[in-house]
Amino acid sequence: MAESICRALRDGALEGEHAPALTIKDSIASPFGFHVFCHVLSQLSSFILAGKSQSGGLVVVSFSRSPSFYLELLKNKGIDVVSSDKRIQILDCYSDPLGWKDRLIEAGNFTALSHEASNSSTANVLKDVKHMDKLYNSIVERGKGLIGGGKNRFSVAIDSVDEMSRHASTSSVAGLLSNLRSHDQVSSIFWLLHSDLHEARVAAVLEYLSSMVTSLEPLHQPANGHRGDLENLSLIEHNLKKGKFHVRIKRRNGRVRVMSEEVHIEQSGISFTSLSSEGAINQGLVPKVQFSLELSEKERIDRANVVLPFEHQGNGKPIQIYDGRRSLADSKHERQVAATEKVQTNEDSGGGEIIYFRDSDDEMPDSDEDPDDDLDI
Amino acid sequence: MNQRSSNLLDEALGLDQSIEPWPLRGRIVAIEDQVETSGSFVLHHILKRSLSPNSSNVSILIAFSQPFSHYDRVLRKLGCNLVTQRDNNRFFFFDMLMLQCPGGDEGISPECGLIALYGKIYKTIVALPEVSSKNVTIIIDDLSLMEVAANGSSDYVLDFMHYCRTLTTEFDCSLIALNHEDIYSSADRPTFLLQMEYLADILIKAEPLATGLASDVHGQLTVLNKGMNYRQGSSRNKISNFHFKVKENVVECFYPGSQG
Repeated sequence: MAESICRALRDGALEGEHAPALTIKDSIASPFGFHVFCHVLSQLSSFILAGKSQSGGLVVVSFSRSPSFYLELLKNKGIDVVSSDKRIQILDCYSDPLGWKDRLIEAGNFTALSHEASNSSTANVLKDVKHMDKLYNSIVERGKGLIGGGKNRFSVAIDSVDEMSRHASTSSVAGLLSNLRSHDQVSSIFWLLHSDLHEARVAAVLEYLSSMVTSLEPLHQPANGHRGDLENLSLIEHNLKKGKFHVRIKRRNGRVRVMSEEVHIEQSGISFTSLSSEGAINQGLVPKVQFSLELSEKERIDRANVVLPFEHQGNGKPIQIYDGRRSLADSKHERQVAATEKVQTNEDSGGGEIIYFRDSDDEMPDSDEDPDDDLDI
Repeated sequence: MNQRSSNLLDEALGLDQSIEPWPLRGRIVAIEDQVETSGSFVLHHILKRSLSPNSSNVSILIAFSQPFSHYDRVLRKLGCNLVTQRDNNRFFFFDMLMLQCPGGDEGISPECGLIALYGKIYKTIVALPEVSSKNVTIIIDDLSLMEVAANGSSDYVLDFMHYCRTLTTEFDCSLIALNHEDIYSSADRPTFLLQMEYLADILIKAEPLATGLASDVHGQLTVLNKGMNYRQGSSRNKISNFHFKVKENVVECFYPGSQG
């Protein structure tokens, strides 16, 4: 399923449609969003480098990690960005997002010694991320630089919408993303969001903009929902190793498909398995008690055969339920019916019956006497 | 005895194996405490470890909450002389008690406020000899008072933290910051606290015991060591929980119930 997301991003936009957009959403209880982001990023870049995808280039907008981090990440996946024929560009919004370093240099109490920027030729430092239109222009510029003009397309990856929306309003961030996905030359776009840092409406706005949403949730919700409760320490630890991975895909006709998987974060990397195995484990988790809570097949049949006293017998006769308001004439007729019914139950040997003995004479038979007769009302 | 008693905290932080190279290099440690249980002893502990005589670490302490004399007294009890370390250029103390950032976004100029502080830290690191500039620990005590100095603008503090974070990638510094959990408890969305938790590689929580006050246990520590190695896409999350007792010249850490 994680694969189908990568495939959708790889296949890119149809003519006359928006580019497919993916929101990766997590929260502090299951903070694997960045793992998933890295997974999708490396998958897509290897598709691009192999020439299997619609897009011919990838622009990574790095807010939360340094460009060198991404260089190394891709290098570990066997993708050398520097020698990759300029298919991947990293737009550096990490090193100096607000231009503080520049201002300090201007003020004269700072010596520029930026290893980071000088080391990586593929990175471009953006020093004013507050202006979304400037950011948009730089992304598109970088993208066009990768693929040239014409009908070629490029993909965009944004590693933190949180940082963006800290610097700019929600509407301008949404505007930027919307412009990007409707741009002629954008093939696909995906971004990461920590949903608990924002109001619910921010996440909703971004989900409207995207054709696919993956959200990560903890497998086990803490019982009382209290943050940082230490009593369920093992539970927290459990949640730090795996989580639920929901994918919501919006089709063009408006149909929505939801799928779930389980994501494991292990020493060896990230992996996805189907949820069914977890379900089996959960069934095994029914509390073990000394008595049987289940019915055997025979017990189930016997139970089905018991005729409840007022149950409709389904033999074509009118249903006789005594409601305490019959006239005397009716009751004669009723006695007859009761007799035939008795014969019937005897014949039907397989059927169960309820036999009732009065406990003692103290217990009066049911009658229509008013129990409050003796009260002087 | 001294060595043994702090083992659990050291172990959780990865400080027990070796001190050189500094195990917290390039990592961010967030400490969250509460009114009933101060987490400042964790800061003192890390400061002491980073200044240990058989390493070349340099520590920069950015103090919003206490004057130098306070830290000097505390660390002296722990067996570490800050004055000597300061003279040896291994310890830098930035007194920010009186810092008041000018209000408003326009007031942010390179001469004052947190930008100037960042410039000062940067200059200090650049001026260090090559050996030590790779092993710098920046300690912030504490973030909530920094927020007060920034006129309550948590965004400004987060910008500052971001720039400090660029130092961790540029120079492999470690960044250690104390914050108070309970002052954000009324907010339905403790964004600032969560931002720090997302940033942190190691999260340390100091909390009172759930069962109430006890004379021989002062509280419990939970250390979440994310140990994430995204580069290989792997992660070694480790969570440890233990009780502690802060004594005059040592902190005792022990597993619940193991203290006689």
